[in-house]
Order: sequence, then structure tokens, then C-alpha cells
Amino acid sequence: MTGLCIALPVSLACGVGIGASGLSWSEALHHLWAGLTGGPIAPEEVASYTIVWELRFPRAVLAAVVGAGLASVGVAVQAMVRNALADPFVLGISSGAAVGANAVLIFGAFGALGVWALSTAAFLSALAAMVLVYAIARTPRGLTPLRLVLTGTAMYYGFSAVTTFMVFAAEHGEAARSAMMWLLGSLGGASWSSVPIAAGAVLGGLLHLGWSARRLNALAMGDETAAALGVDPGRMRKELFLTTAAVTGAVVAVSGAIGFVGLMVPHAARMLVGADHRRLLAVAPLAGAVLLIWVDILSRVVLAPAELPLGVLTAAIGVPCFVLLMRRRTYTFGGV
Amino acid sequence: MQIDIDAVTMEISGARVVEDISLRAGSGQFVGLVGPNGSGKSTLLRCVYRALRPTAGAVRLGGDDLLAMNTRESARRLAALPQEAVAEFDFTVTEVVAMGRLPHQKAVARETGEDRRACATALEAVGAGHLADRGFLTLSGGEKQRVLIARALAQRPQVLVLDEPTNHLDIAQQLEVLSLVRASGPTVLTALHDLNLAALHCDLLHVVDGGRLVASGAPHDVLTPALLADVFGVRAHRVPHPETGVIQLLFDRLPSP
Repeated sequence: MTGLCIALPVSLACGVGIGASGLSWSEALHHLWAGLTGGPIAPEEVASYTIVWELRFPRAVLAAVVGAGLASVGVAVQAMVRNALADPFVLGISSGAAVGANAVLIFGAFGALGVWALSTAAFLSALAAMVLVYAIARTPRGLTPLRLVLTGTAMYYGFSAVTTFMVFAAEHGEAARSAMMWLLGSLGGASWSSVPIAAGAVLGGLLHLGWSARRLNALAMGDETAAALGVDPGRMRKELFLTTAAVTGAVVAVSGAIGFVGLMVPHAARMLVGADHRRLLAVAPLAGAVLLIWVDILSRVVLAPAELPLGVLTAAIGVPCFVLLMRRRTYTFGGV
Repeated sequence: MQIDIDAVTMEISGARVVEDISLRAGSGQFVGLVGPNGSGKSTLLRCVYRALRPTAGAVRLGGDDLLAMNTRESARRLAALPQEAVAEFDFTVTEVVAMGRLPHQKAVARETGEDRRACATALEAVGAGHLADRGFLTLSGGEKQRVLIARALAQRPQVLVLDEPTNHLDIAQQLEVLSLVRASGPTVLTALHDLNLAALHCDLLHVVDGGRLVASGAPHDVLTPALLADVFGVRAHRVPHPETGVIQLLFDRLPSP
């Protein structure tokens, strides 16, 4: 826990210091300091200052926000549908967002919104997907885990089919390539303008989930147990659905669908601190943030100046770490 | 604290699973609910611990309307041990027992000394203090059941509702679990499969069949051969226990008509 609290600022600094252009560390950190404190910059340094303050730093911050958001939503969704295999994308929200994003990338929809077109379209279609999944999955007794997972999964395939069709129908190969890049996750479009909404959604989500941590424990033990402990499972699942869907939508809108983080970070965090959501919801977001900052750094340097999709790297880094953790400690879930 | 179930009816998808059942468990009594599978016992109990909202009727706890309270408030007075056992994630025993304090806690406040005392006392009461740091999913069936009873006791309830607490337990564990619960203090309302265990432990028995209450009374008054043939479809012989004199039952199939 303490380690992660130290690792986060260190990783942020590394995210700023490491990059494709030939900036030295001292220069980069100097500019970062200037940006943070509003200090003066020499005229000849403006170009490198812009790289640090307008490109690298917001990008590292956004990576942290997205990583924290995906990890905490993963924790909440796994408890909400009581399934260790669930992740933020199992509710179909992200594939809904992909439909909107691809409409922009391939057909130039929402052109009037300029640079905001992509994230606006992604967020709006995520919300539409959320309403759709909710309307189909709901029953008079509230949301039940299995209906939620089945509806989400069915919608996931439905939206994916639409997205794939759009990629095939694209006239330009380049458009299809950027659509593919978006689907696998990228922070290439990061700027300060994309930070506030994502950060606000993630922070709000974390507050709500932290507030609900004890009730999440009860919900993870079963609906009847939750009821006996004074928690209304149907209502609680509605609240959780709204929070997780909104956070997923906001995060996916700025970063695309970055896989693996939301599935594996919660498990890795459980291996470290156990299943109690009060600890889990502190550790998982920090771990997710640190992981994604490093993944983003790697994505920029491995094939520099080209960038790798983040989804490729989250899996490449995450899978070995996960296997090591799982072998090192006895970890049990789902009664096995 | 006394609990009254007052004319409770529960319909699920149009079917009347529980029909107009009224019964009482007096303060400190150990009251059993028996009946064949599908008779509505579990559904009735779910209405009591608020996993279901009855279609009609009321549940009163010491005279107060349970369904009018908010769920936290009623969970401070009434604890339950549901039949389901679906832990997906490996909580430690301490964490599972601590969940019993949930209705007494604020959302983000730290655990108080009283919370910790209630958990430790409950865990000792069920003889599971040595399991405190074990993972819940690694426990045997009997150990799990004891830990779940400790969670219910940590709730410091005035009424304890149990749904088949002896399921999946060996005979020694069955006897142990029921005497544990009996010794723990609160009014107990429990569904039981084993009629001999019910005869041994219950002050009062209610027999449910087809969603209706068909008999109520002390075990030796209720568990008659005629009723057992009628409700359970078995031929029963009553034998007094050679040491305690409590009636016990021996079963045969009913002769084919």
C-alpha cells in the first residue's frame, strides 16, 4: 500500500521523463516543475516545454486516471455480478462506446464538434448502451447477476458486430487502422482537455464505491445474505450499475477499450490484500494507475516513433505478473 | 423478543407459495418449521428476513412492523442464516464475521471496540476462534456453518432466523450446531429437515404443507403418525428416547393403496 503510494508519483515522473524525442531527464523534470509551479520558461525552451506540459504530463495523468478507473470498476463489477471472470467490459458499455467512436473515425460523424467529436460520440453511445442493457436486464425485483451478465454479453457481441461491419465498410485503410487502434486502446489523443471529465468520473466513482465498500462485501456473499445484513441487493446493484457504467463510459471515451486491467488488477490486488473491499478499493486503483502509466510509457518507446496499442502491452506485462502472483501464493476464488 | 408472522401470503410468478400463514415465536423460544420440500418454509423465512417482500400480511418484531422499518434497522434486531452458500471471493473468517456488524456501522467509520468484541465473542461462542485467520473458502462444511452462525451472532440479534442450518453437516456437527444456537440466547425460528432433531431441540413446531400451516404445538403433540402420513407420506412409529424420554421417530414407506 505504502509502496504503491510512492510508486504513483515516481511513475508519473517517469511518464514525463521518458519519451521518443531527445529530451533529457533534467530538462523534462525542470519543465514539469515549471508547469506545476507556474515558474518562468526561457523563450528557446518553449518547444520542449510544450512537449512536457501539453503532451507528456497530461498523457501520464490520463493513464493514471484510466488505470485507476478500470481497476476500481473491475472490482465493483466482479462483486456486483458475483463473478470472478467479470470485467468493466462485460456489461457491454465499452463496445457500445466503440460504435460511436468508430462512426467518428470512419465516417466522420459529429464533425462539427472538432477535437471533441471522438470522446463525445464514444461517451454518448456508451450511455445509450447503458440504457439499453439496463432496460433489457431489469426485472421487477431489480437487477440480478446472471441476467446482467447475459444481457451485457449479448449486447457486447451485437455492438462488436456493428463496429466490425463499419471497419469493413470503411473506404480508407487508414481509417480502419485508427479504428483498430482505438479498439485496442490508446492514449495518443491525450490532452488537458480530456483529463477533467475522465478524472471527475473516476473520482466520483471511487468515492461512491469507497462509501459502499462494506455493502459490497455483503453483496459478494449472496443476495439473501446481503438482505439479512440489511442491504437491499436489487437497489444496490442498480446504484452500482449506474456508477460503473458512467465511469466505464467516461474512461473508454478518452482511451479506447484497454483490456486486461479491469479483469486482472482486481485479482492481483486480492492476492496482495485479500477480498475485503475496504482495502481492495484502495489498492486496486493505485495498482491500476501505476500499471497503466508504465504500459503507456512502453507503448511509446518499444517501437518508437510508432506507438503500440495499449491492449497488446497490458496483456504482455500483466499475464506474466499475474501467473507469478498466482503461483507464489495460495489464491482461491469461486470455491476452487 | 417475540416475533409474529401475521397472515403472510407470498405469490411468486402468480403461484401462491405461501398462503395466509400466521405463527408466533415467543421471546427466547426455539421454534421449528417443518414440512416437505417445496412446502414454502424457505419462502416464508425469506419474507421474515426481508429477502422477499410478502404479497400480503405483516411480520411484527416485539410488536413493531418489520416491513415498515428500513432494512438496516430491522437487520440490527433480526439476523438470518440463509440456505445459499455462494462466496465467490476468499474472505478471511474474521472478515466474514465482521460483516455481521454492518447494520450497526456507519458506511465509512472505522470498526469500534464494540464491533471487535462482538465478533470475537461470537467466534468463541461457536468454538471457531482458532479459524480467525483462515480463508472462508478453505473451510470444511461444518466449519463454514459455524462461522456463518458467528456472523449472525455478531449482529447481536434479538431474533435469529435459520434456514436448514444442519444441511451438509455430519451428525455430530448437527447436534453441536443446534445446541450452540440454542445456547446463544436470542429467539430462534428455524426450518429443519430432520424431524428427530426438531423433536429434540424445539420448544414449538409449526408444520407447513402446500404453502399452508397445517399444525402447531409442542413436538410430541404435533408429530403424530396421522399427521406424518398425511403431510410427509410416511408411516411413522413413535419411540421415547431411552434416556431423555423425548419422542423420536422411526420411518417406513406407507403401504401402497
